[in-house]
Amino acid sequence: MPEWTGVAAAGPLPKGRQWLRLDNRFLPPLLITSILLTAHLSFGILEGWERTAAAIVTAFAAEMALGRITYGKWPYAASAYITGISVGILLRSPFLWPYILCAFISIASKYVLRFRGRHLWNPSNLGVSLVLFLAPETVSLLSVQWGNVVAPMVVIWLLGSVIVWRVGRFYLSATYVVSFLLFSFVRAAVTGIPWVAAVAPITGPMYQLFIFFMVTDPKVTVRPMWAQCLVVFFVAFVELILRLNEVVYAPFYALCFVGPSALLVEMWLDARRGRMS
Amino acid sequence: MVVGPRRSLASLMVSDRQQRVARVVWTVLFVAGVAAIPVLNRQTLATAPSAEGGAARFGFHLREVAREAGVDFVHQAPTFDPQLGHIMPQVASTGASVAVADFDRDGWQDFYLTNSADNSHNRLYRNNGDGRFTDVAVQLGVADVNRTGTGVSMGAVWGDYDNDGYEDLLVYKYGGPLLFHNDGGAGFTDVSARAGLPAWVNANSATWLDVDRDGRLDLFIAGYWADDVNLWRLETTRIMPESFEYANNGGRKYLLRNKGDGTFEDVTTAMGITSRRWTLAVAAADLRGTGYPDIFFANDYGVSELYANQGGKRFVDIAETTGVGRTPKSGMNASFGDIFNDGRLAIYKANISEPGVLVQGNDLWVPKEGGGEGEYDNLAPSLGVDLGGWSWGAQFGDLNNDGTLDLYLVNGYVSAGERSSYWYDFSVIAVGHSSIIGDARNWPDMRGRSFSGYQRKRVWVNDGVGRFTEVAQSVGASDTNDGRAVALADLGNRGVLDVIVANQAGPALVYRNTVTSGRHWIDLELEGTASNRSAIGARVDVTFGGRTQRQDVLAASGFSAQNQRRVHVGLGAAAAVDRVRIVWPSGREQVLERPAVDQLHRVKEPA
Repeated sequence: MPEWTGVAAAGPLPKGRQWLRLDNRFLPPLLITSILLTAHLSFGILEGWERTAAAIVTAFAAEMALGRITYGKWPYAASAYITGISVGILLRSPFLWPYILCAFISIASKYVLRFRGRHLWNPSNLGVSLVLFLAPETVSLLSVQWGNVVAPMVVIWLLGSVIVWRVGRFYLSATYVVSFLLFSFVRAAVTGIPWVAAVAPITGPMYQLFIFFMVTDPKVTVRPMWAQCLVVFFVAFVELILRLNEVVYAPFYALCFVGPSALLVEMWLDARRGRMS
Repeated sequence: MVVGPRRSLASLMVSDRQQRVARVVWTVLFVAGVAAIPVLNRQTLATAPSAEGGAARFGFHLREVAREAGVDFVHQAPTFDPQLGHIMPQVASTGASVAVADFDRDGWQDFYLTNSADNSHNRLYRNNGDGRFTDVAVQLGVADVNRTGTGVSMGAVWGDYDNDGYEDLLVYKYGGPLLFHNDGGAGFTDVSARAGLPAWVNANSATWLDVDRDGRLDLFIAGYWADDVNLWRLETTRIMPESFEYANNGGRKYLLRNKGDGTFEDVTTAMGITSRRWTLAVAAADLRGTGYPDIFFANDYGVSELYANQGGKRFVDIAETTGVGRTPKSGMNASFGDIFNDGRLAIYKANISEPGVLVQGNDLWVPKEGGGEGEYDNLAPSLGVDLGGWSWGAQFGDLNNDGTLDLYLVNGYVSAGERSSYWYDFSVIAVGHSSIIGDARNWPDMRGRSFSGYQRKRVWVNDGVGRFTEVAQSVGASDTNDGRAVALADLGNRGVLDVIVANQAGPALVYRNTVTSGRHWIDLELEGTASNRSAIGARVDVTFGGRTQRQDVLAASGFSAQNQRRVHVGLGAAAAVDRVRIVWPSGREQVLERPAVDQLHRVKEPA
C-alpha cells in the first residue's frame, strides 16, 4: 500500500489544481493516522501501542536503509509509514515478531520482487498475506467492528471517498464495492446464508483499509482506466471463489494473486507490442 | 574544481554493480524473513513433545477415573426457542459446571454438577471417602431445579451465608436463581423466595464475597443475556450482542447485600456497578491490598471490568486505568494465582484462539512490580500460556507439589461434524455492523458443523522462573470434550489436587492425580468467627524454602466453577514450613510458626 502516496506519479495535475499536489501527498498518511487514532482512542482497537510502533519503526528503518543503499538517496518516508501503520492495524497477534517481520518483508518486497523495473505486489498486501498464510496459529487479521456505531463508519467512508476522489482513484474503490455487492448475492444464493450476512464483511474496518488503501495502489495497477477497473473486478471475483471455499482472508489473497498477474500480463503485452513495432 | 555539494551528490550515486549486490543481499534477507515466519510460528506453539513419562518428567500424572468412582453424569444442553434453531449449539453452549465443597463436614470434598436441559436433574456427589462418590441430589433436594418454565442451571457456588457452619448452595440459571439452605448436611431447603433474590437473571456467573467485611457473605450474580430475554419464548430475534467486541447490551448485574436475617437487598446501583456487558465469569479477591474484595469481570464481546472496592461503600471500575480492560476480547474465565510466589495475584482470563481465523490469545494480567500505580502487564505471551484454543475454564493449582502454581485449562466450543467448521460463516457475521450481528436471523445456519471442537486441553507446568510448559498429553489430560468448567480438589485427602471437569453436552470427568513421591505439602482449612464462617476472602501466605506463596480463599473461580475452599500448598523438597500468615476477612492477622507439613491444619479465627 505505500505507493499509494506517490500520487504525483500518477501524472501531472491540471494547472488550476496544482495547489492540490502537495496536500494530496499527505492525505493518505493523514487519513490512515486519523483512522487509527480515532479507532484506538474511542474503542481501544490496539492491544498496545508497542506493536504498531514496532511495525512502523521497522518499515521506516527498512525503507530508509534499503532505499539509501540501493539507490543512493533517501526514499519518500510516508510510503513506509503507511506500510507500517497498516501492518500495525491489520495484524492481530499476542506476539511482537509478526509485526516486525511483516513490516520488513513488506518493504523488502519492493526491492526484491521486481520485474522490468517495477515491483509487482502491493507491499503490505503481500506481507500480510504471507504472515497469515505461514503463521495461522499465531496471527490473525483485524476482523471486528470498531464500536459498532454508525457515525464513525459513515465518517470514514465519506472521508476515504473524498480523498480517493481527490487523488483520482475513486472509480477503483467504487468498482470494488459494486463488484463485492454483486457477488454477495451470488454467495448468498450458493451457500444459503442470509444476504445481509454475505454483505456484513464490507461494513467492517478491515474492508475500509482494503478499499481505500490497497485496491487503489497506483504503482501496482495496470495503466488504462478500464483495465484497472477490470482488474479490481477480477479481484472481487477471485475473492468470491475463495469465499465460496471458506477462505477467511479472501480479499487479501485475491489481491495478492490478481494484482501481480495483471501487471505481468500488461508487461507481456507491452513487450509484444514493442517487438511487433 | 568540484564544489562540495556536487561531490557529495556524486558520492551518493550508486553504480549498477552496487545495486545488483544490494539486491542480492536484500533477496537473501527477504527469503530469510519469509522462512523465519513458520519457524517462529512453530516455536511459539512449543509443547512438551513426549506422550509418555509425565510423572517422571513433570512430577505428576493424571488418570481419568469418573466411571470407576461412580460419577456417571452426562451434561445435557438446553433447547431454546425454535427461532434460534439454526444456531442452537452456540446459544445453548453453556451450563456444565462444577462446584466443590464439603457440604456435610465429614472431611471429604464433595461436588455439585449442573445440568441444563428442561426437567433434567443436577447432581450432588457425596464423597464416600473410599475413592467413590454417591449422587445424593434427589435425596437432599437439590436435583430437580430445571423444571420447564423456571429456566435451567448454568452454575452453582457454595457459601455459608448464615454462618451456621454448613455451606449453602446458590444455583444460578438462565432463569430464577435458587438459594438452598444447608440443613446441617442432612438436606437442603429452598429459601430463594424468602431471601429476596431477583425473579429472573440470565446468568453465567455468580460469587459469594463479603463486600463490607461485616462477617456476612454477600452475593454477586452477573447477567449474560439481557434480563428481559426469555430464551424459550422470544419476542424478537434481536437478542444477540450488538458487536463482537464492543457489546453493551448484555444482562444487568446484581450485588445483593446480606442483611443477616436470611434476606438480601439489591445494592448494585447504589454501589456503583452499572455494567451491562456480557459477563461470563467473575471472581473476587483483595487485589489491591485494601482488605476489601475487588471484583473482576471476564466479559464476552468486550473489555474486562475490574471493580475496585472503596472501603465496602462503593465500587469503581478501574479496568481501563490498570490496563486489564483496554482491549476487547472474548473473556470466559477469571482465576487468580500467585504465579511467582511473590504475593502478587495474577489474573488469568481465557479468550479465543483459532488458527487461521482469530488469535486473541488468553491474558495473564500480572501486577507491575512495585505495584504503585496499580497497573498490570499481560505476560501470557512471554510466559507461554496465551494459546489455548477456544478457552473456557482455568484454574491455578500446584498439580505436582513443587511449590509453584500450575495452570489447568479446558477448551472447545462445539464439537459436531468432525470435518466441517462453522468458523468461516462466523467470521463473516462477526465483523458485521450491529444492525446485522444483533439479529439472530442474520446468523448463518450451523448445519451440524463444528466450531472449535475436539480441542486438546492445556496443562501448563510452572517452572517458577518465568516459563510455563504445556504438558497435557504427557501427563494424561487427553480428553477432547467441550470443556467448560474445571475445579481442583483433594478428593482423596492424599495431599494432592485432583481435577474435576464439567463438559458441555458431555460426560463429567474426574482425573485422579498421582504426584512423584518425596514432595511435601500443607493444607489449611479456615473457619471464620468474626469473619464469615467460610473464610471467603481470607489471605494465606505460606513461607517455605526461602519463598512465600500467597493463596486466597475464594468462592467462584474460573468459569462456572468453584475449587475446594481448603488451601493446598505444595512445598517441593522443603520438609518444613517456616511460617503461615493468615489475614482474615475481618482484618485480623494470625501467624502459625513452623506448622507440620504433609498434613491438614484446621484453623479457627482467633477471637
